[in-house]
Amino acid sequence: MPSTTIAPTTPAAEPKKVSVPPNGRWSGYRYLLTARLRELQREPEVIFWVFLFPILLALGLGIAFRNKSADATSIAIVSGRGAQDTLALIQSSPQRSLIHAELLDQSQALQGFRLGKYDLVVERGEKGSIQYRYDPARPESVLSRAEVDAALQSAAGRKDIIPTTAVTSSEPGSRYIDFLVPGMLGMNLMNAAMWGIGFALVEMRQRKLLKRFVATPMRRTDFLLALLSSRLILMVVEVSLLLGFGALVFHMRILGSLFSIVMIGAIGAISFGGLGLLTASRAQKIESVSGLMNLVMMPMWIFSGVFFSYQRFPTVIQPFIRLLPLTALNDALRDTILQGASLVSQSGRILVLVIWGGVSFLLALRWFRWT
Amino acid sequence: MSAAIQCRDLRKTYDGKVEAVRGLNLEIQAGECFGLLGPNGAGKTTTIEILEGLLDPTAGQVTILGRNWQSNQRELRELLGISLQETRLTEKLTVRETLDLFASFYRQPRSADEVLEEMQLTEKADARVGKLSGGQRQRLAVATALVGNPKILFLDEPTTGLDPQSRRQLWDLIRAFQKAGGTVLLTTHYMDEAERLCGRLAIVDHGQIIAEGSPADLIDRLGGHHVVEFSTGGNSDGAALDIWRALPGVESVRHEDGLVSLTVHEPHHTIPALLDAIAKQGSQLLHLTTRQASLEDVFVRLTGRHLREE
Repeated sequence: MPSTTIAPTTPAAEPKKVSVPPNGRWSGYRYLLTARLRELQREPEVIFWVFLFPILLALGLGIAFRNKSADATSIAIVSGRGAQDTLALIQSSPQRSLIHAELLDQSQALQGFRLGKYDLVVERGEKGSIQYRYDPARPESVLSRAEVDAALQSAAGRKDIIPTTAVTSSEPGSRYIDFLVPGMLGMNLMNAAMWGIGFALVEMRQRKLLKRFVATPMRRTDFLLALLSSRLILMVVEVSLLLGFGALVFHMRILGSLFSIVMIGAIGAISFGGLGLLTASRAQKIESVSGLMNLVMMPMWIFSGVFFSYQRFPTVIQPFIRLLPLTALNDALRDTILQGASLVSQSGRILVLVIWGGVSFLLALRWFRWT
Repeated sequence: MSAAIQCRDLRKTYDGKVEAVRGLNLEIQAGECFGLLGPNGAGKTTTIEILEGLLDPTAGQVTILGRNWQSNQRELRELLGISLQETRLTEKLTVRETLDLFASFYRQPRSADEVLEEMQLTEKADARVGKLSGGQRQRLAVATALVGNPKILFLDEPTTGLDPQSRRQLWDLIRAFQKAGGTVLLTTHYMDEAERLCGRLAIVDHGQIIAEGSPADLIDRLGGHHVVEFSTGGNSDGAALDIWRALPGVESVRHEDGLVSLTVHEPHHTIPALLDAIAKQGSQLLHLTTRQASLEDVFVRLTGRHLREE
């Protein structure tokens, strides 16, 4: 028998072994990115929420707010003495095609007005005068009053002192769908980045997968980089799909260069990725991070001009609204897509995004827990 | 030659209050399979995670393969294979994709196919992780630790929740790794696992090592290798315990729920005397068994509690 000394100094769990070429610097990153993309691709919900949902939403809203037949107004005429005359005047006026009038008794007319079915209630008063009931808070009601008044006055014989002509214009670029699509794009980039990074990280932390990863020689920066890269790849797909959809279905005209649009999209996605990372830096449970993310995103859904312009908010708060990252992203996307603005002209908004993303990322670096 | 794993006066206090580990010393040589045996909450997981460099100790020193975590983190990570207590790997990836991913983190990994074969997962290579059984998942967890070609394998409760067949299968795989020259540190609260797998082990309770040695050593220290358990119709506590203790060859006596356990050297001397004593008492023998002493008996002897007490 040979010697009785125990175990060699460096016990390597070999010796057989198929030889495998050593891994390069970026192999971890490459495999992390591939794994992430595979995982997303195998998750049907992701495909729906990230790609299909925004398109369906844009389709729905685009149809609901499509340009109604030249903004015709619906009005109620309270039946009674003179009601028929009023109706006859409207129908003989030059504006008759823009006014849809119905004869109703007073209670029905008022109820219809309350429900928003009629923009205006017209009633004959004493001595042939006409009373308009309208709601000054509803733009269409205000318009209706002016329209109907002009119709009645001119039908009754009023002569305009200054001759006017009007040219109608509903160019692509000024419609609601044109306003909506860039906003949807911005919102979608925010949602997807926050969920795709924040939620994904907490979910992996909860599964102890993050801890398992840091127990290997994996570079932590590679991991975060791969997560961000997967987001950017999806971003390009999202942007193309939504813009392609707008162009094909609603004949949107995209004036900006595709490069500028994608650059702004990428800066937005990275910025919100940083915010997502920060939101997810400590949470141990997906329930708590979901609440936190909604808290972060909710103000921007409302204020940042996704579905309607933030010009409607009081002037004093508008400077603050403009400092929100989603506002900056939406404004930059709108100017680029709809007006062909250059990247340089958007540098202020890009700076807002970079600051949000950068500060979030630095804070996240300090607070982030892998375990 | 320096030890594969060494720690001195390891302490971990959570939030300044809970003392999970209270002054723990270990020295594990290369090629050993060493076990930390103890009940849930004894501080085993905290200890192993400090050794794995995943938790910072409150005090104490850790040396792994002559290096420490502060200055050789990356290098050490290349040398260790770690399986955590409850990692849920991504369910949408296949077994091979998962293994390839883990392999990609190491400078010089092993071939995934080879590890799959060793772990008896070749058939499942293209199955999604979500479709695997508990035993297969656990084998995959160990496979992700082995694919980096580690010198030391850390396993935290590797067979908890597995069926007996899967447990034996995993034991064989761990033994094979050790046979090929690897060092293993595992935690368990199963005494049979510790007994069969570990050359040496430390019994941990309340964050301290209360006994250390080979399973046979530890059982030897009980004083007797056999346990005689019986119950009688009569009263068996108080004065009766003194009677049992005085029987020939009895090392220790325990009484629990009407069942008396005697640790004895030679059952063939003790049992006749025991029967006589019971007859003399005028009570009736209701139950009598003898068995080999186990690590469980060692633990009960040392702590007065069972390993798996809830």
